[in-house]
Formats: sequence, C-alpha cells, structure tokens
Amino acid sequence: MNRDGRWKYWEFVLWAVALAAPWVLPSYALLLNEIAIVALFAVSLDLILGYSGIVSLGHAAFFGFGAYSAALFAKLVMPDPLVGLFIGALAGGVLAALASPTILRGTDLSRLMVTLGLGLILMELANKLDWLTGGADGLQGVVMGPLLGRFEFDLYGQVAASYSGIVLLLLFVVARRLVHSPFGATLMAIRDNRLRTMAIGISVSSRLAIIYMVAGTMAGVAGALLAQTSGFASLDLFELHRSADVMLVLVIGGTGWLYGGVVGALVFEIMQKFLSSITPQYWTFWIGLFLVVLVLVGRERMVRPWTWFYRGGKQ
Amino acid sequence: MLTILFDGIAYGMLLFVLAVGLAVTMGLMNFINLAHGAFAMVGGYITILLMQRQGVPFLVCLPLAFAGSALLGAVLERTLYRPLYHKPHLDQVLFSLGLTFMAAASVDYFVGSSMQIVQLPEWLKGRTEIGSGDWVLGMGHYRLFIIVICGALTLALQYVLAKTRFGSRLRASVDDQRVAAGLGINVNAVFLSTFAVGSGLAGLGGALGADVLGMDPGFPLKFMIYFLIVVAVGGTSSITGPLLAALLLGIADVAGKYYIPKLGAFIVYSLMIVILVWRPQGLFVRKGGRS
Repeated sequence: MNRDGRWKYWEFVLWAVALAAPWVLPSYALLLNEIAIVALFAVSLDLILGYSGIVSLGHAAFFGFGAYSAALFAKLVMPDPLVGLFIGALAGGVLAALASPTILRGTDLSRLMVTLGLGLILMELANKLDWLTGGADGLQGVVMGPLLGRFEFDLYGQVAASYSGIVLLLLFVVARRLVHSPFGATLMAIRDNRLRTMAIGISVSSRLAIIYMVAGTMAGVAGALLAQTSGFASLDLFELHRSADVMLVLVIGGTGWLYGGVVGALVFEIMQKFLSSITPQYWTFWIGLFLVVLVLVGRERMVRPWTWFYRGGKQ
Repeated sequence: MLTILFDGIAYGMLLFVLAVGLAVTMGLMNFINLAHGAFAMVGGYITILLMQRQGVPFLVCLPLAFAGSALLGAVLERTLYRPLYHKPHLDQVLFSLGLTFMAAASVDYFVGSSMQIVQLPEWLKGRTEIGSGDWVLGMGHYRLFIIVICGALTLALQYVLAKTRFGSRLRASVDDQRVAAGLGINVNAVFLSTFAVGSGLAGLGGALGADVLGMDPGFPLKFMIYFLIVVAVGGTSSITGPLLAALLLGIADVAGKYYIPKLGAFIVYSLMIVILVWRPQGLFVRKGGRS
C-alpha cells in the first residue's frame, strides 16, 4: 500500500478507466452511478472507522440528511445540481459538527449506541414531518436542472454516472491528501493508542471532531448525489441496514486504505446485483453468511487471497 | 394513568428478561453481540409453530422455547463465538450482524414474512379493573402473567447470582477474568453456561412477548436497539442496573406513545443519547469494579 502520498501510475489508469466507463458501457451507467455513490459513502466512513477507529453504526444519518436536504432544496428553492450538492455537503457537515461531542467520550459500545440513535432519530423526524418530507411515501417530484446549465440528466444515467464519478474523484483526492498529511498521521496515532497520543500533546477531541465533520460532509455529498441522480429520497436512506451495508462495503475492500471503499463498492454492488437476481427475497442471507465467514476467516486474509496459503497470518 | 404505568412495567419486565442475557455476556466477555435478538426470535417462533402446527399448550411451549434457544446458544457459543472474544469490536459487530441477517432471512424462507399471531389460552385473555375515576387500574391478565413470570425469574436470577457457588464464580469472572482463571475457575465453562442461559432467557422472553411485541422476521433488528439501550444504560456489572433501565425504558416508551404519539420513539432515543453522553458507562454502575 502506498504509505508515501505519491500518486502511482496505476491510479491514473484506474481513474481514467472509471471515468470513461459510463461512455464505453452505456448499459451499465446506472450501476456505475450507484457504485460511485456507495464508494464515496464508504470512503467517508473509512475516514472515521479505518483511520480514526470510531465504530459507527449510524453513518447513514449523514447520508440521508444530505439526501433529504439536497432533494428539498431542489424541490423548493432551485433545481441547480451543483448548488444542491453544496447544500447537501453543508447539511452533512453541520449535522456532524453538532453530533461530534457525542462520539468523543465513552466506550465502543456507547459510541455504537449513540451513532445508531442519531440515525434512528433522523428517521423518526423524516417520518413524522410528513408535510415537509412526504413521510413514509418518500419525497417525490424532485426535478433536477441540467448540470452546469448544459448537460441534462438522461434516462440512461450516463451524465449522472460521470457527474458522480467526477465528484467522487475530487473528494477522493481531498481525502487522500488529508490522510497523508500530518493531520492524518495524528488520526492514525489516535486510533492506535489514544492515551499516548494525548500524552505527546495532540488534542484528541478536536482532531476527532474535525475528521467526524469531514466524514459527515462527504457522506452528505454522497447522499445528495443519490437524491439528485434518482430524483427521490425516502426513509430507507436512514435505515440501519444502510449503515451496516456501507460498513460491509468498507470491510470487503479493507479498512484504513482509501481504495478499500472503492474496491468494496465495486465488489459489493456487483455481488448484490448477482445475488438479488438469483434470490430476490433472500439475498440478505448470503450477505449475512458472507459477513460471518469473513470475520471467522479474518478480514485481512479474506481480502488478500495471496495470504491464504501461509500459516500464522504473517504479512 | 395507572394502567399506563402497569403496561409500562409489563413491557419493561419483558425487555429485562430479553436483555439480561446480553448484559451478562457483554459484561463477562466484553463481546458486542448484536445477534441477541435472533435468539429471542427463535424462542418466539418455536412457541408459535408448536402451538399452530402441533397444538401444544402455551404453558408447555414456554420451557421448550427456553430449552431450544439455550441449546442453540450453547452450540453457537462453542463453535462460532469463542474464537471471536479477543477480536476487535468491529469484527464482533460485523459477525453478529451477519448472524442476525442470516436468522432473519432463514425465518423468512421457512415460515414466511408475515406477522405471526399467538392464540392465547382463554384464561389469559381477560382484563380486570380495580378502582374508579382517574385512578382506575386496568390489568390485562396476560400482562399480569408476564409481570409475575418475569418477576419470579428476576428473583431467581438474583438468588443464583448472589447466593450460589456458580453465582460467585460468575461474578468473579465478570470482575476480573484473568484472576478468576488463575484461581482455578473454569471461565470458559462458566461462560458457556451463562451464554446458554442468557440465550434461553431471550428465547423465553421472545415466546412471552410474541403476543405483545409481534413476531416477524424483522424482529431481531427492530428490537436489537431496545436491548442495547437496556444494556448500555443499565451497565453490565449488576443485574439491578439493567432491570431499572428496562423498567424505565418500558414506562417511558409506553407513556410516550400514549401521551405524545407524534414524537413516539423520538423521546426514547434522545433520552438514550443524553444519558450516554452524560454517563458513558451507564447510569447504574457500581463504584470500583472493572468496567
């Protein structure tokens, strides 16, 4: 893994392929759009889970909040996608800033509960404020304007996929810069040993609050992208299984590695499409089985097949 | 008014029985088990299926539900859970979520996704009213039954924990696993039996609650959060903490849904966040013990 922050040549190739894909394979554009959004969501979770060691089961709160904000903004104020995206980002960031004091204290269990509770509270809110959000029916009738005043969102999702892909790339670059900066190094120090980090004079609380806010902003952007490209926002966005799914995505790809989110999203979406085409109703069983096997075999070994034949888990 | 309190207490007792196993296992092995609800669901479905398909009487079903879930718990503990005790919390969360997904999908596959209904025996269906005016106390017989059973169970558990040899071994293992093992206590065996009993209690709670809470494949996920609230707020070091937390949660939930239905579950979740930010180790934590 590239610990020094220099760009490798294969990364350029990867991104060029990713951005060209919707135009080369137009029939997969909708899937690619979804993958880009899930990847962005997973990368944002990686910032707090993989790099800072905060176990969160409520990351969907920011995702859903960003989605609803962007959708409402498009419906009530103006349909321009980029401004809407900014609003979604702002919403996610502000929410995370407000929520950040709750994750600073306590054990893994209490953090798990608090993040979970935040997601549930927002879901209740979206459900009960039905004059604004449409309640359980979801927020319908969101019409997006053309991108940059020129490119209309088409039915095949090619524009949408490129849009999501470019946003993913931009935020990925930001995140990459962030984790390779001294700031990123202190985050990993906090993850590895909080007490010692505090002892060498790093303010743990403020670092965690900042990274939580950054992650919330990115998750808000991911949600806004989903709402804009699908023209729809529903309660499903806040559900527990969405937080669990994104955690799974990240774990498939590997935590503490930014490409983990991207790779995981690719594998997860394809796996989900494949499984739900075989057993539409019961695919959660296979997801569950996969999780169990993944943990029992060991996350590190599962995602790195070349370690399967060594004994003792040495790198 | 009193009726609501009564219903709240019944609900709280039920939650306590469902969650107490989780509290003990979490305190003992520091294992975050999100699959606890799945054991409760197994108990609930054992009862429902036995009653519907075989015509087994309700009272016979309850011990069977306990035994079935306990057996399942013991088997899973020995085979799947044990290797994970010393893994990071993220692994435990993923693993138990995976188990929960599997349990929900299997029940969906074998029984169907619709909500199952329990046919209660006649003598549990009635309702008695005491008092008059504002202070009328309406007691559903079934809720009274739940309170009696759960109360008896609580006393029994308290007795086992406080007075018996097994109880002192268990408490020693919870307080400090390494020292307990050093004193010759077989911590693994203690944990295996505790896990089995905890799962069994969850199954019993599921069987009792099948009528009140409703049984469908979404049960483990829907009520997982309630169990976790009970454990997180009540703390894991004693049995009274979770009991008080469960009663508080039960009363708050029933009263909240009755008086301010618009806000509903909102109050419970906000309260939980406030409490956990205020006292991350739980409300009723003993001073001194390792937490």
